[in-house]
Amino acid sequence: MTELQMRPQFMDRELMTPPEMSGLLPRSESPIVPKNSIAGRALVAVVAIMTFLASLTTGGVMLVASSASDWQSDVSREVTIQVKPVDGRDLDADVARTVEIVRAFPGLEDVRPYSKEESAQLLEPWLGSGLAIETLPVPRMIAVRLSSVGIGLGPLRKSLTEQVPAASLDDHRAWVDRMRAMARTTVAGGIGLLILMLTATVMSVIFATRGAMATNRPIVEVLHFTGAKSSFIASQFQRHFLLLGLEGGLIGGGLAMVLFGICGIAAGMSAGTAAGDQVSVLFGSFTLGWVGYLAIAALIGLIAVVAAIASRRTVDRTLQAVE
Amino acid sequence: MVRFENVGLRYGLGPEVLRDLSFQIEPHSFQFLTGPSGAGKTSLLKLLFLSMRPTRGLITVFHHDIATLDKDELSTLRRRIGIVFQDFRLLDHLSTYENVALPLRVMGQDEASYRNGVVELLHWVGLGDRMGALPPVLSGGEKQRAAIARAVIARPEMLLADEPTGNVDPNLAQRLLRLFVELNKSGTTVVIATHDISLMDQYDARRLVLHEGRLHVYD
Repeated sequence: MTELQMRPQFMDRELMTPPEMSGLLPRSESPIVPKNSIAGRALVAVVAIMTFLASLTTGGVMLVASSASDWQSDVSREVTIQVKPVDGRDLDADVARTVEIVRAFPGLEDVRPYSKEESAQLLEPWLGSGLAIETLPVPRMIAVRLSSVGIGLGPLRKSLTEQVPAASLDDHRAWVDRMRAMARTTVAGGIGLLILMLTATVMSVIFATRGAMATNRPIVEVLHFTGAKSSFIASQFQRHFLLLGLEGGLIGGGLAMVLFGICGIAAGMSAGTAAGDQVSVLFGSFTLGWVGYLAIAALIGLIAVVAAIASRRTVDRTLQAVE
Repeated sequence: MVRFENVGLRYGLGPEVLRDLSFQIEPHSFQFLTGPSGAGKTSLLKLLFLSMRPTRGLITVFHHDIATLDKDELSTLRRRIGIVFQDFRLLDHLSTYENVALPLRVMGQDEASYRNGVVELLHWVGLGDRMGALPPVLSGGEKQRAAIARAVIARPEMLLADEPTGNVDPNLAQRLLRLFVELNKSGTTVVIATHDISLMDQYDARRLVLHEGRLHVYD
């Protein structure tokens, strides 16, 4: 303060702090933007809730997409050959010949003919036990598992038609097509829901940030009047709101991650039970996988960045109004 | 230091609130800016503080034509001007010390470099025992002195004060005036906007009188 030249003759003795009353040391630098304002807490709560819901939606869509893909893959890799009993032909010989033809075909992982007893077991729920299968014209099944999806089965079908007329090959195409259509619809619906959820989340965060910023307008004005450059003011608020967004995002996204983790563990523990098997059929292992957790982490980052950008734009608008 | 030439100001499409203002403010001078309520004192202070640009005319501040300056250049120039608002505009979450140190902090100065200066100034304005207090617990006079300290901490070449004695008793008003006079003696150009005749009568200084948007200068 040498330039002010606070020499004794310039000092107002009446105004000056008496020496005996001085000595209270001021606290060190506080953040220019207050950390724990009510509006800031409310913003963290809004961000946490919206991130939690968006994370659940993201995880849910990824689980459904993954399960739908597994269903399709499982069904697409299964082929069933049915050998019908025909008068004048030996069914067992036909089955043996069919198995022989199929096993000679490349690209198959497993060929499993159902024996008479197994065929009887398959019919047991409808026809009861103690079935004398020889007395009924029951076709025999051969389950074939392909080593990969998309193997052309035309040559195999042709060979069977030529050599075993009683055999027919079913590649479940109609069923797979229906399954694929259903899976696509489910995933598309999920993605639509996710887009809506993300839009709602982003808009909520923007409006909540603007609301919190409104209470900080006097700070922007004072900083402006004390000679702070726009970039300094914007950086103060941007950092503050990035941290608030990150805090809310970590709470909401973290809770969603914990929830998915608990569900995965619970699904693993219930494996083998009827309910667990049903869940497993519908949702696979019910584990999100690292991609899912990465998506939620990205969501947390996105929401924090949205809060920071929204605060910066509000600061810019406030400065324009002040100037 | 400051030169206005045929300056006019209007808000939006409304009438001109300031008309054909032509005057100069010399370095190290002291002047009162006065006039009835609504005469345009605050608008003129905003122009002096580079917070607004005129609708017409030329304003030169520190030899810079403000019409040619961008936002950052205006901010840099604004650091050479201190302002005291009628409503103080202290930040409630910062201590008195932090409020006063704010202009230095936004300039990027290290706290260690300005700590002693801020403490010394706070003692000078009689707030040595209130350094850690938050503005909501300060009295009107204390807030006013904190606002003045904040305005002068960065050693501005020009100090603008909008009704600085409007919220204090006559005794404190007199003491605050002495403070402004002392700052002027130390080399700071002072412009005090007030409609307090008794305050102006206490110190013989140039008067800029605004009336119906026009300025009359009484040296």
